Amino acid sequence: MSYVVNTKAEQKEMLEAIGVPHVEQLFDQVPFSLRFQGDLSVPGPFSEQELTRKMSRMASANQSTEDLVCFLGGGAYDHFIPAAVDALSMRSEFYTAYTPYQAEASQGSLQAFFEFQTLICQLTGMDVANASLYDGASAAAEAVLMAMSVTGRNGKVVLAETVNPATRQVIATLLANLGPRIEVIPCPGGFLNPAEADLALDDSTSCLVVQNPNVLGGLEEMADLCQKAQKKGVLLIVSVDPVSLGILTKPGDYGADIVVAEGQGLGNPLAFGGPYLGLLACREKFVRKIPGRLVGQTQDRNGKHCFVLTLQTREQHIRREKATSNICTNQGLYALRTAIHLSLLGPTGLRETAYSCTQKAHYLANKLLETGLVHLDPDRPFFKEFTVKLEASLARRWSTNEILDRMSAHGFLAGFPTGRWLVGKGDCLTIAVTEKRTKEEMDRFVEVFSQIA
Amino acid sequence: MEKNQSTNLLFEISRSQRRAHRVEAVDVPEIPLEAMFPPEALAKGPLDLPELAELDIVRHFTNLSTKNMAIDSNFYPLGSCTMKYNPKRHERIVSFPGFAAIHPHAPDGNSQGILELLFGMQEILGEISGLPAVSLQPAAGAQGELTALLVAAAYFKHKKDRLTQVLVPDSAHGTNPASAALAGFEAVTVKSRADGLVDLLDLRSKVDNKTAVFMITNPNTLGLFDYQIAEITEIIHGVNGLVYLDGANMNAILGITRPGDFGADMMHFNVHKTFTGPHGAGGPGSGPIAVRDFLAPFLPSPMVVRTPTGYGLCSDRPQSIGRVHGFLGNIGVLVRGFAYICTLGGRGLREVSEQAVLNANYLLSLVKETLEVPKGELCMHEFVASARLSRREKRISAMDICKGLLDYGYHAPTVYFPMVVPEALMMEPTETESKETLEGFALAIKKIMSETAETLHHAPYTLGISRPDEVAAAKTPILRWRPPVHESGA
Repeated sequence: MSYVVNTKAEQKEMLEAIGVPHVEQLFDQVPFSLRFQGDLSVPGPFSEQELTRKMSRMASANQSTEDLVCFLGGGAYDHFIPAAVDALSMRSEFYTAYTPYQAEASQGSLQAFFEFQTLICQLTGMDVANASLYDGASAAAEAVLMAMSVTGRNGKVVLAETVNPATRQVIATLLANLGPRIEVIPCPGGFLNPAEADLALDDSTSCLVVQNPNVLGGLEEMADLCQKAQKKGVLLIVSVDPVSLGILTKPGDYGADIVVAEGQGLGNPLAFGGPYLGLLACREKFVRKIPGRLVGQTQDRNGKHCFVLTLQTREQHIRREKATSNICTNQGLYALRTAIHLSLLGPTGLRETAYSCTQKAHYLANKLLETGLVHLDPDRPFFKEFTVKLEASLARRWSTNEILDRMSAHGFLAGFPTGRWLVGKGDCLTIAVTEKRTKEEMDRFVEVFSQIA
Repeated sequence: MEKNQSTNLLFEISRSQRRAHRVEAVDVPEIPLEAMFPPEALAKGPLDLPELAELDIVRHFTNLSTKNMAIDSNFYPLGSCTMKYNPKRHERIVSFPGFAAIHPHAPDGNSQGILELLFGMQEILGEISGLPAVSLQPAAGAQGELTALLVAAAYFKHKKDRLTQVLVPDSAHGTNPASAALAGFEAVTVKSRADGLVDLLDLRSKVDNKTAVFMITNPNTLGLFDYQIAEITEIIHGVNGLVYLDGANMNAILGITRPGDFGADMMHFNVHKTFTGPHGAGGPGSGPIAVRDFLAPFLPSPMVVRTPTGYGLCSDRPQSIGRVHGFLGNIGVLVRGFAYICTLGGRGLREVSEQAVLNANYLLSLVKETLEVPKGELCMHEFVASARLSRREKRISAMDICKGLLDYGYHAPTVYFPMVVPEALMMEPTETESKETLEGFALAIKKIMSETAETLHHAPYTLGISRPDEVAAAKTPILRWRPPVHESGA
């Protein structure tokens, strides 16, 4: 099987036109001693029917959120996706196009990205947003590079322990050979104490990275943290759950300098962790330091409004080793999906989504507390995700992994074993509740949990 | 026909209190938000998002889509981008709930199918590259380059070698030097010869005990296979450096030659190019890397492994550089790539490269009648034509030709890259285009070259807009919509 179009006869005509007897001669540049002999050992070839059957079997060997009721989060969430998001983003004029280098032939995608940038600004309360980055974690890492460049401070980067450890690890990987020390502030109380943050910040610090709601689900004291950072000339980078902004204060209102987010929850499937998209928005004055693609509005020769990729002098294909980042794409299709999703929700739909998540999360948390088997740890205001600690008697009988396995056997993805990420949280589960969950599912969750315990 | 009806900005067609999606009513007892959150945590008012009905949105984005050229509607010979057909079967497969609706943190036991697929993909990429250790995490080619250079840095640190320089040919993609800088190396440019291959004299003069990595794109960005590759790798290995292959042009050599066999120690794949993930107007891509065994301990964590009881994720890898992705990479693109490779099989992959190279040479033979192609009798999967002469003699630049092509319904080639060819037009037809498409395209170039410069300077004429003012866009950036300021007495 192949997708080659030309017939043997046509191939022969083409070879004759080129003046070469056989296709083999076209590879004369490749020294014979370096040629691969035989066929590559890979599966296939398969007909479409065979392929579909085999891959359908592989898919069936996974348990999806249609098989298990999902209370699992940790950075990826089971939110509802309206059908129009799939239908519109599956238009192949969008998904089989390349990066919009030829603006005249790409106005559809360019306008959608301009709208995406605007929507992200409206959502976060910031001045400018780029056209998206690889994922939430890489957006945080790029924001740190940006902060180093803006402040000119190369001494250290300060992270709260309550930032998702995967995000912290991506930042550490990217900074490995660039100089700054990474200081992680311990958060034994389950949140970043502003006074301790203040102690960690100095005049060699480029940025303070905070996540809100944090990895345990709790809210951080954002206004206070922003103030403390600002006083020392340190940029505050906050990683947010974009869905939470339906009810929670916009980062622009509490004074964040750079906002990043994992955009998956805005219309993008779980898909085992990717593709997702990273959101990045900031203050106007940092615009020339933004990494990644930016779309701008301009005029054509007849004075008509149109859109182009812009500020490309920041980018690697012009600046090479002096570029603001090595990134040369956005997550175009996912930026489009996110723009469609936010349009479908609008301000009221996003508020309803966030409101529903938080009401249901609080319902489940209260029901679990009523069993007397767990308590909240930390006991802080939370949005849609919360962390519970098993009571000692329960923890003696079962590990969190054993509980999760047993819950899975009863049809639940019951949460995240917090101890996998944070020291001292071995007896904790982090549980996420989206607007998709029903009272019936949650009542059953508590019932099964009590039985297992 | 002008279609302005529904392509005003979302924000301009917004009407107060219009709705599309409505969230199901909350079915649990409600608690006032003020009782859950401190006052400063709660939003002061509604967000500024646009308010639209579902049909408003459907019509808006449907009409926007018609303003794009795309593979499904147009020949798209963008050099170095490998714009081949994206099979429809892949889109159905990735939408199976068993792929689309699986949580990345689900216990391994719940995810055996996808882990088996990813493990299989690691093996397949190892086989195609001849480099056995694979990480699927990088989300794009540029991230793959950076990841591999971080792996190299960790390896040298482990050996206690203080090597500081990465050598990059002047014809390389701009991400190469940018990635080198981010990985903490100094990027040093190596000259190309007149025929576009690496200048060995210049390379030798720059290789010394500071050389960590030489990055090479082979076939290179001029569509030529550098036959000196064995000698090049010997030079680099002679100073204990590593050779990195930018795999952007793998479409030319699948099953023909393997990077590991010609001396590369590390490489990235562009799954979205070679193995046909839809480009999505700029992403998502997927840029897995393959390296030699001695570099395996430094690859990102976690890795997909096979155990006696099934497949799992391994994070206990003390020498690893760490994570480069929040989860495991762009899985959806990898699933498509896996489906593509399994559709073709080993022999089919070789046929891809043979036919890609045949198509490129056929197009080259046709284009040569009209345009100068400075560096090539024969090419691999792509070639670079030059409008140097037409610019000098007729005032028709490479950009004019591109814009003229748009009016004929063809996407333009890559323009002004690589920088080593003046007025460059880089053309990559791929194996999925027909003979008559290539002939139609070459004929269009011929017709364009017979037009007057005055006519072409104002092209395109048929796309709804003429050439945008990019200088103004960069000088006074307008990067978002803002509500119009109403002058009123209030």
